[in-house]
Amino acid sequence: MAPELIVKDASAGARLEVFASGSWISAHAAELEQKIDAIKFDAPGSGRLDIDIAGIGELDTFGAWLLERLARAFIAQGYDAQFAEVSGRFLGLLDEIHACGRTKPVVVRQNPILAKLEGIGVAATEFGQDLLRLIDLLGRMCGVIALIFRHPSRFRFASAVHQLDRVGWQALPIIFLITLLIGAIIAQQGIFHFRKFGAGDYVVDLVGILVLRELGVLIVAIMVAGRSGSSYTAELGSMKMREEIDALRTMGLDPVEVLMLPRIVALVCALPILTFFGSMCALYGGGLVAWLYGGMSPPIYIARLKEAVSVTHFEVGMIKAPFMALVIGLVACSEGLQVAGSAESLGLKTTASVVKSIFLVIVMDGFFAIFFASVGM
Amino acid sequence: MGSSPEQLVIRVRDLVVGFGGQTVLDGVSFDVRRGEILGVVGASGGGKSVLLRTIIGLISKRRGSITVFDKDLDRVSAQEMQAVERRWGILFQQGALFSSLTAQENVQFPMREHLDLSMTLLDEVATVKLEMVGIGPSDARKLPAELSGGMVKRVALARALALDPEIVFLDEPTSGLDPIAAGEFDSLIATLQQTLGLTVFMVTHDLDSLHAVCNRIIVLADRKIVAAGPIATMLSSEHPWVKAYFRGKRSREGAGTSVATH
Repeated sequence: MAPELIVKDASAGARLEVFASGSWISAHAAELEQKIDAIKFDAPGSGRLDIDIAGIGELDTFGAWLLERLARAFIAQGYDAQFAEVSGRFLGLLDEIHACGRTKPVVVRQNPILAKLEGIGVAATEFGQDLLRLIDLLGRMCGVIALIFRHPSRFRFASAVHQLDRVGWQALPIIFLITLLIGAIIAQQGIFHFRKFGAGDYVVDLVGILVLRELGVLIVAIMVAGRSGSSYTAELGSMKMREEIDALRTMGLDPVEVLMLPRIVALVCALPILTFFGSMCALYGGGLVAWLYGGMSPPIYIARLKEAVSVTHFEVGMIKAPFMALVIGLVACSEGLQVAGSAESLGLKTTASVVKSIFLVIVMDGFFAIFFASVGM
Repeated sequence: MGSSPEQLVIRVRDLVVGFGGQTVLDGVSFDVRRGEILGVVGASGGGKSVLLRTIIGLISKRRGSITVFDKDLDRVSAQEMQAVERRWGILFQQGALFSSLTAQENVQFPMREHLDLSMTLLDEVATVKLEMVGIGPSDARKLPAELSGGMVKRVALARALALDPEIVFLDEPTSGLDPIAAGEFDSLIATLQQTLGLTVFMVTHDLDSLHAVCNRIIVLADRKIVAAGPIATMLSSEHPWVKAYFRGKRSREGAGTSVATH
């Protein structure tokens, strides 16, 4: 039965009368709200007003709240509004609703400009705190390493080997594939553009120096940050969520020693190895393209490569690798430890871990470039 | 609402549920009457939650029939099923609140999806529902991660009640709450059941809940229902499991005496 709301006008001295009937339920709530909002109050009234609800056949929380809202609207106009002809089965619900919604929630309005400024301030302090947290974690790790030098048996060798398998051995196929493609693409672009001024052969110098000095280590570090850094953060984060890290602490074990050191050691060992294989693969990819696309036979490619690159270029790339691994590992672990209770926070921290570690890896690469330039490498 | 008390809202006949080679429920039959609070008890891992999840369609059954609101759930169209789903609400054991939404938004979520209401009315009704379960306006803006265990259960109950369902399924509503909070939650369920005319299907381990609010109890043991009836029937039952449960060391009756049967 469709719900009805009839307001009889108070013209000619007659009393204002309100009748509600039909189904006041959620399915009709939108329609009822319109009817209630459509009531026009010409002038403030006074006196007792009965809202006759004898005709209501069905009532749920939505209907009951709308009736209550109607009554409150009349009370706001100065009437002494009450429900009349309330049947027993609705009494409890109407009483319950009558007590609700009395306290208005306090809405805190903020100046949007101030809020933006506050956001910038919060982000800046957050950045500073992130750096402090990284330094703190590095310090604690150094402490643990010093401890392990005195008691080598405390090092979790099995755990480190297991992690090395995950972040090193299992990462090899994808690293091979990506670096091969990168080497091939650089060689193709080099040949295509250098040919225009007859310098096609110099593509070997381009591929050799670029890959060994910069790209090999950078691509591998970015891959590892996305692949292994994120999994470290997710693992440690879900352990934090399920109080496993607290449990470790209460057993007198240091999470840095048990969980982080083996992971970071594994990463520091794996990244130089991956960088070496990655660089070799990129040179191989470059050679393939030089042969198939540029028509340079492999013996000539290798001979030119010998002339173009020196051990220094190789060293520059390899020296950077363990430092980048350290940064990726520290960021991943520190983000993992900051995960709070919810699934959403785990997702946020995992994203933050990858973004921050890639950012730091690139920044560090820049500092290394300055450093190597000034020492003449 | 307001129909004769003997009307059946759920009818389960000869229900068989299993996973792989294991049968969890074997030939379970029972009724839920309109307006009653039915408690389901049984050993841990004995299929109580499986029974609940089978009725609401989260687990598929092997045999038997489930009839809700006179509709055989095997023979309803997708549309009819949706209509049935709008008439029941479920409180999951861990609350299952959406962690990216505030308490208020969690309660508004089913209303927003199923009803076409104005934002004002959505806000007002959600506030009212949260107040009915004892959550004030300041807590309504918090995310689930910021709420205590008891408050999460209350918000989850408000969300289960969002569309004014006729049946609510409660999966261990008082687990993880301290006895005082559990008692408050019991009386909240009893009050809401009376004011809203709800039918409650409650899986529980809490003997106090069973004594305080349940009109009728069914006991699952050895994959079957071994006893059904009000608490008095349970206390006089001679089935060994029922006896150990209701008259054991931790029950009210058995406090001080030791019953070691299992």
